[in-house]
Amino acid sequence: MQQGSNPGVVTVCAPEPVVIGVDALPALFSALRAWGYTVVGPTVRDGAIVLSELESAAELPYGWGVETEAGQYRVRRRSDTAAFGHSAGPQSWKNFLHPPRARMWSADRTADAVTVSGAGEQPRYALLGVRPCDVRAIGVLDRVLSHGQHADAVYSGRRDGAFVIAVECTEPGATCFCASMGCGPDAQSGYDLALTELVDGDDHRFVARSGTEAGARLLAQLPQRPADDATVHKAQAAVKRAATEMGRAMPEVDLPRLMTESRESPHWDDVASRCLTCGNCTMVCPTCFCTATEDVTDLTGDHAERWSVWDSCFSLDFTGMHGGEVRVSGQSRYRQWISHKLGTWHEQFGSSGCVGCGRCIVWCPVGIDITQEAAALAALRPPSVLDAAGGETADAEAVGIKED
Amino acid sequence: MTTLTEAAEAEHADPAVPRFYRVVSRREDTYDTVTMELAAQADPLPLFAPGQFSMLTAFGIGEVPISLSGLGSSGGDGGGPAALRLQHTVRAVGAVTRSLCAVRPGQLIGVRGPFGTGWDLASAIGHDLLIIAGGIGLAPLRPVLLAALEDRSRYGRLVLLVGARSPADLLYPDELEAWRERGVEVAVTVDRPGEGWQGNVGVVTSLLEPAAPGANQTTAFICGPEIMMRYAAQALIALEVPTQRIQVSLERTMRCGAGWCGHCQLGPLLLCRDGPVVTYDRASELMRIREL
Repeated sequence: MQQGSNPGVVTVCAPEPVVIGVDALPALFSALRAWGYTVVGPTVRDGAIVLSELESAAELPYGWGVETEAGQYRVRRRSDTAAFGHSAGPQSWKNFLHPPRARMWSADRTADAVTVSGAGEQPRYALLGVRPCDVRAIGVLDRVLSHGQHADAVYSGRRDGAFVIAVECTEPGATCFCASMGCGPDAQSGYDLALTELVDGDDHRFVARSGTEAGARLLAQLPQRPADDATVHKAQAAVKRAATEMGRAMPEVDLPRLMTESRESPHWDDVASRCLTCGNCTMVCPTCFCTATEDVTDLTGDHAERWSVWDSCFSLDFTGMHGGEVRVSGQSRYRQWISHKLGTWHEQFGSSGCVGCGRCIVWCPVGIDITQEAAALAALRPPSVLDAAGGETADAEAVGIKED
Repeated sequence: MTTLTEAAEAEHADPAVPRFYRVVSRREDTYDTVTMELAAQADPLPLFAPGQFSMLTAFGIGEVPISLSGLGSSGGDGGGPAALRLQHTVRAVGAVTRSLCAVRPGQLIGVRGPFGTGWDLASAIGHDLLIIAGGIGLAPLRPVLLAALEDRSRYGRLVLLVGARSPADLLYPDELEAWRERGVEVAVTVDRPGEGWQGNVGVVTSLLEPAAPGANQTTAFICGPEIMMRYAAQALIALEVPTQRIQVSLERTMRCGAGWCGHCQLGPLLLCRDGPVVTYDRASELMRIREL
């Protein structure tokens, strides 16, 4: 798990894939719990497939899928018993690794001194069912919160302790576009264990491969059989086919350059006429990391705590300083969000901030679609920006393809 | 298994956790501005460079970014690679800064840092230094002037242009006089002269022409309201000072200082990391776009 936690460490692992039956999932839960992990995975609740701490494999959403569109999300019954036959829901793994509220420190004051204790020990999560796009999103958060000049103790503590079980994507949703961001549907790195789910009537199994030593050790504890070529090919073909079935695609343009050259585009007025500046897109985005802080005291005034809470660049006071806010208009706030996500993120953290999961499209109350807005901006730009295949900057990185 | 010592060290290394410094002196500079000197307790922070900033915590109230206005009474680093003493000049404009300004000697203030980029004084060796300050912007510029005075022979002219809203808002008036006596060419202007004001009236850029910086050997350090910095930089460009030799100190909201909170973005810059000091060749376009 240590290796999987750190994309800076090259994991040399060429494990032979094995096949585990769906009846191995309880054993997977038992093994993870015996290792001290709290398992987090998908389950059906409140009409959605949410991510939650799970007690047992029985809580997985067997036979449930989802239908998504811009501004729409519905769970639906599947014709099979797939446990991971759904695209992204309203949460992402950042809810657990970079929680909405976290205590950064607490302090006690006496007459002559202040004693401070830091964030302390963090929970150890096994993340089960992480889509390849979301594996990439965790890598993006790593670069922001762990691998910069300073490491965020809450995130780094949780991340270092996490065990990542990816499940490759074989049925992308209508709002998915990870293939065009180079972030899926196959899992390439950043996981301890990767599964590909295959369901043929009663024959419900997973092709499993480890990405780390810890993953290999876990796999060794599960009932399994060697993977035959036909099963492996079937799994690979399903993932390959998924790449062609994405409901959306990000336009193939030099996105950072497009964003820079669109800073004064008339299109921001058009977006702002629809955008409610509610910030939903930032809450559901698996890489949006912005936080504010809250200092609180008890009634004595001598015990103080600082809490980190999610914030959004769509809120007015996000840029509030003495003298007023910097980004007052809705135009400027949407521009900040999409320009950061697709453009300036590269300069700040060395990759795109978008992994193509489609959550922002689904959970936007008015159905604003990041791929369509990028296309609209591109349509208003000179041809040079559109020359993705040509220019120096129009390399893999420009469309978000970046190895962890 | 983590030992207690390791845990304690890890906690010390956590840049989110403030260390508490004792207020050793407090001086009221103006009706709303206070300069305080802070002394490290057990574990000092790393040494600050002029232009870098701290996150200052008022216990139970909150935290704000405040630039270093001096390294303590000695003016030097006090011996060693640690910030044993820090000076901060704080203007009371909100709940946290009001609380910080109200501190008394002996009280404890939380400090994190040093954060951000400093003034690049090394690139100015052999040049005339042109320091342009607007209002509280003089505070972050004070350490760069003091550093230049400590090492006087390496620089040409030292020119300090100060703009304030009114004579009552003028920071460090005694020090301005002392610097003048040490050969700094100091010029002051105010927007609204009070009774008895004999000096210049007008924007700080009006002091530029008389100061007449030589374009080819000038490095400029500017801190003040954004509009003032833009006008000052444009005036310097008109005098043919190269944009990469114009350094400005930019300000945005900051919650962490460490690159995690996302608030201080200005286009591609995270100002807590890539700033606050930025050369004007990078900053000018970003400062031009409205609401960026």
